[in-house]
Amino acid sequence: MLRLYIAGHTPNSIAAIANLKKICEDKLHGKYRIEVVDLLKKPQLAKGDQIIAIPTLVRRLPPPVKKIIGNLSKTDSVIVGLDLQPAR
Amino acid sequence: MSSAKPKVVHSWLAKAPTGIQGLDEVTGGGLPKGRVTLVCGSAGCGKSLFAMEFLVHGAMRYGEPGVCMDFEETEAKLRANVASLGFDLRELTKRKKLLVDFVSVERNQIAETGEYNLDGLFIRLAYAVKAIKAKRVVLDSIEALFSGLVDSTILRAELRRLFHWLEEHKLTAVVTGEAGEQTLTRHGLEEYVADCVIALDHRVTEQISTRRLRIVKYRGTSHGTDEYPFLIDHEGISVVPITSLELAHKASSDRVSTGIPSLDEMMEGKGFFRGSSVLVSGSSGTGKSSLAASFTRAACARGEVCLYFAFEESPSQILRNMRSVSINLEPWVKKGLLHFHAMRPTSIGLEAHLAVVHKLIEKFRPNVVVIDPITNLVSATGTHSVKSMLMRLVDFLKVEQITSMFTNLTFSGDPQERTAAAVSSLMDTWIVLRDSKPNGRPRRELYVLKSRGMAHSREPRELIVSERGMELGKVLTDHTLGTPVAGPSGAKVSG
Repeated sequence: MLRLYIAGHTPNSIAAIANLKKICEDKLHGKYRIEVVDLLKKPQLAKGDQIIAIPTLVRRLPPPVKKIIGNLSKTDSVIVGLDLQPAR
Repeated sequence: MSSAKPKVVHSWLAKAPTGIQGLDEVTGGGLPKGRVTLVCGSAGCGKSLFAMEFLVHGAMRYGEPGVCMDFEETEAKLRANVASLGFDLRELTKRKKLLVDFVSVERNQIAETGEYNLDGLFIRLAYAVKAIKAKRVVLDSIEALFSGLVDSTILRAELRRLFHWLEEHKLTAVVTGEAGEQTLTRHGLEEYVADCVIALDHRVTEQISTRRLRIVKYRGTSHGTDEYPFLIDHEGISVVPITSLELAHKASSDRVSTGIPSLDEMMEGKGFFRGSSVLVSGSSGTGKSSLAASFTRAACARGEVCLYFAFEESPSQILRNMRSVSINLEPWVKKGLLHFHAMRPTSIGLEAHLAVVHKLIEKFRPNVVVIDPITNLVSATGTHSVKSMLMRLVDFLKVEQITSMFTNLTFSGDPQERTAAAVSSLMDTWIVLRDSKPNGRPRRELYVLKSRGMAHSREPRELIVSERGMELGKVLTDHTLGTPVAGPSGAKVSG
């Protein structure tokens, strides 16, 4: 399960959502579920995952927790950062 | 009690009082309201405590709730800091006086994959501020962001945006920063803070610790090297607000008894001027403390509050010694007119001792202060800053019209030479005590070396200390104190 934190639909956030969808389709074949949390609507959720940068992508399971910040345009960094196994 | 005038007074600027003793005095009211103040210093210098005091007093005394964004993950330390100020963090949080958000910036969790900004932090801060309607904010320590996030260009731009955001929302903020080698802070935060920068310094040399606060910048004005010693004790931070010497103090023409009638006689029959400074110097055992005790007793008998700082002997020792010469101080202690304070040689530096003196003076508002002895403070090994602090203390006492007496141990030989000229020039009255053995019979001698503004007797007299107390005997003609300056008796002497 992947959670993407954004703060309103800024160009960066929109890009992150698009990039994430692409990565999930291409590399993960839908193995992961995406949840988008808009902190402008729900600011109290920022504390839980210790969010300071926007956008931030959090992979909680399986542990350890992985956090990636940025609009996810650098696909390779995302893959490495998420420590994903390419789907077979 | 009037306070020492601060160096620069910006009466047209709104200030946010910090509640930190002494600091609001030297800043003319506190920190610039609605602006960002940077407090920097090395680890352990007291910046987190400073920030918490600003928040806690803001909430509890000035009706301004505060938010603390704590980046260092030091919940225990924060709780302890708040506790040291006499409050419980949980209580304050429940009462919506304080809100702490612990921000964790762990580098190994973060990988940077494209453009981003720190909106997450902004949102958290805004949320916290809104939750308790905060007026004050602390960011402690914002430099943790630098270690957590790789892209310093983004970080710097965001910091600028953050400080701007704080000002837009009219929040008075304190931001802490780690001291740098070449620059004031490790990452040059001082560039972003235009309004107020305060540097805290904590030095330990030869096991003596000294703390100093310096106002580096205030509202664009450079304060240069304005340094104030400060203490951290069980009540928090106390800054000693004495700085440049202001020699414009009112001179009182009131007189106070020396406590010894025959000595009063030597001083136009009236004794010392109220608010004057008296130095009593002499070698060991010549009666300095007894003289100080007589003076103290007379003041208490007039109903005046006395503060007696004992630097060498314990108060109980002093009380016992004075009883043996019929000077009973204990009733005055019981009545609350006489307060002893023992200054034990400890690991806190002499400047810190003087800071304690200052703090207790503010607390007890005495009419009379005795420091017995000041020998360590004026010795050749004393640092320049200790000496200048002592000078400022003497000056402060005069401004407050507190009559002060200082004893100084000298070694046999010319007392004038042994006592630092800088200190004696601050003293209005200088009494010298001496032991001598003319014709083999030991005796004590007293003479008034100087006493400004009065026609004092210059004739050395014998000092008799017995179970009956202290009194002056006959004028000595066979003294070996050197020829006193010849002059017609009764001539007014100044300077």
